[in-house]
Amino acid sequence: MTTTTAPAATTVEPGRRPGVRRPSLLRLTGVELRKLTDTRAGLWLLVTIGLTTAVIVTLQLVYADAEDQTYASFFVPSLLPVGLLLPVLGILSITAEWSQRTALVTYALVPRRERVIVAKLAAVVLAALASVLTSLAVAAIGTLVSGATGGAGRWEFDEALLLNAIVFQVANVLMGAGFGLLLLNTPLAIVAYLLLPTVWSIVGELVPALHRPAGWLDTGRTMEPLFSTSLDADQWARLGVSLLVWLLVPIVVGVIRTLRREVA
Amino acid sequence: MISVEHLSKRYGRHAAVDDVSFRCEPGTVTGFLGPNGAGKSTTMRMICGLTPPTAGRATVAGRRYRDLPNPGREVGVLLDASAQHAGRTGREALAVAASTMGLDRREVAAKLDLVGLDAAAAKRRVRAYSLGMRQRLGIALALLGDPRVLILDEPANGLDPEGIFWMRGLLRDFADRGGTVLLSSHLLREVEAVADRLVVIGGGRIVAQGDKSELLAGGGTLVRARDTGALRRALDAAGLAARDSADGLLVPAETEAVGQAAADAGVALAELRPADGRLEQLFLTLTAESTKETGK
Repeated sequence: MTTTTAPAATTVEPGRRPGVRRPSLLRLTGVELRKLTDTRAGLWLLVTIGLTTAVIVTLQLVYADAEDQTYASFFVPSLLPVGLLLPVLGILSITAEWSQRTALVTYALVPRRERVIVAKLAAVVLAALASVLTSLAVAAIGTLVSGATGGAGRWEFDEALLLNAIVFQVANVLMGAGFGLLLLNTPLAIVAYLLLPTVWSIVGELVPALHRPAGWLDTGRTMEPLFSTSLDADQWARLGVSLLVWLLVPIVVGVIRTLRREVA
Repeated sequence: MISVEHLSKRYGRHAAVDDVSFRCEPGTVTGFLGPNGAGKSTTMRMICGLTPPTAGRATVAGRRYRDLPNPGREVGVLLDASAQHAGRTGREALAVAASTMGLDRREVAAKLDLVGLDAAAAKRRVRAYSLGMRQRLGIALALLGDPRVLILDEPANGLDPEGIFWMRGLLRDFADRGGTVLLSSHLLREVEAVADRLVVIGGGRIVAQGDKSELLAGGGTLVRARDTGALRRALDAAGLAARDSADGLLVPAETEAVGQAAADAGVALAELRPADGRLEQLFLTLTAESTKETGK
């Protein structure tokens, strides 16, 4: 067996080269936004979110009573189906790295994994905000068309609705991302996200002892007031507690899991 | 420069990598050799901060990998050519990395050109790539940030003979310009042609390391005649010790001396050649052991 010790380096490694700077969070967020759109799956998910809004508004135009065709009534109904799709976007943005094994490249380029996660969360929040803007824009078109075709076409809109819509969609996308971070597996995260809150709702209804906790922990119930009015303190508190459990806890545990995980 | 100091990785009671230490100097290509499952990939992932080591440490360019501010500009890494999003085009995969590193978009086209992926190939989705094309894309990705260190895990897998020849030239040139290359393979012949130094790993432990010429030399001469008895007497007469091997007689001397001894005694030879070196023997033993283990 031959073992020789390596000779000591004869040349000194040149110092840091110009341009070798840490990529900023802004840059990383831009990269993550790009990753949301640069595959067919990602692009179609975004297109579907946009189309869903358009379809809902069109249905309103055709079937809703002329008197009810106001800006707010065009805006609100599109929030729910989009709110179902945004978590899938949140989940995919996290889990695709593992299912497609690009984590190997991503974390070799940015070994501080927490920076990638922050960038991913920022990117999906921006996507959620864009979805609210799309809902606003499509609702505006609906209102214009309604006005021109004999509907009410009134520009009635309670500003609280906009805040509610933003809270609703941002929470949805982050809950999805949280489940993605926690489970790191696309089908598992999607099924868990769709199933767990529903099961919890049913159990909360059935078991009398859970009626009170369900009012604080069932996001289906705590989020409902977001669709109608401005929330009172009690409603905000209930929403906050439910999001703590379904959003913050998965994200925190998921970040810890991602930081420690072996990338192979 | 890459420095690996006492790296170990345990999975439960199994030691995948056990107290591995070596250095890769600028201007050299280091071949990291071992049978499949010997711990090569785990070691490389630990160097790149992707697998947390159980013990020991590794530095690249004098720093721990995770402390490199923009690693892509200093270390080119190719650990698995298949680890690309199947739905992205080749060009997009590079563009995402270029954007992360803060590189000019022109670098993408330049590196695609360098590895021989033409415009049509660059526009196709990675799903449709052959393994050879994925390796070329992976090498383009590793070279994208013009790093001074390359860490490549089995980069020759799936390349055709022309591709392997091309890659050897590329790595040789990279090292000759002062770069540091760490290149793994489970085939001795594959790295023999390009490496200056070899690190051989088996069962998670380093079994040999040193300069290639030193490790490959010293196998003696293999000689074979129809009349083995006469050949043995001739070698005895010349004072050369010979021992039996599967292919003939193994003599710890140069081929010239052995040929001369046979000619002096008038023995007709059927074969005369340098025997496989110790490294080849060692490597064969390692490979046979790992095959046995997987067969269990």
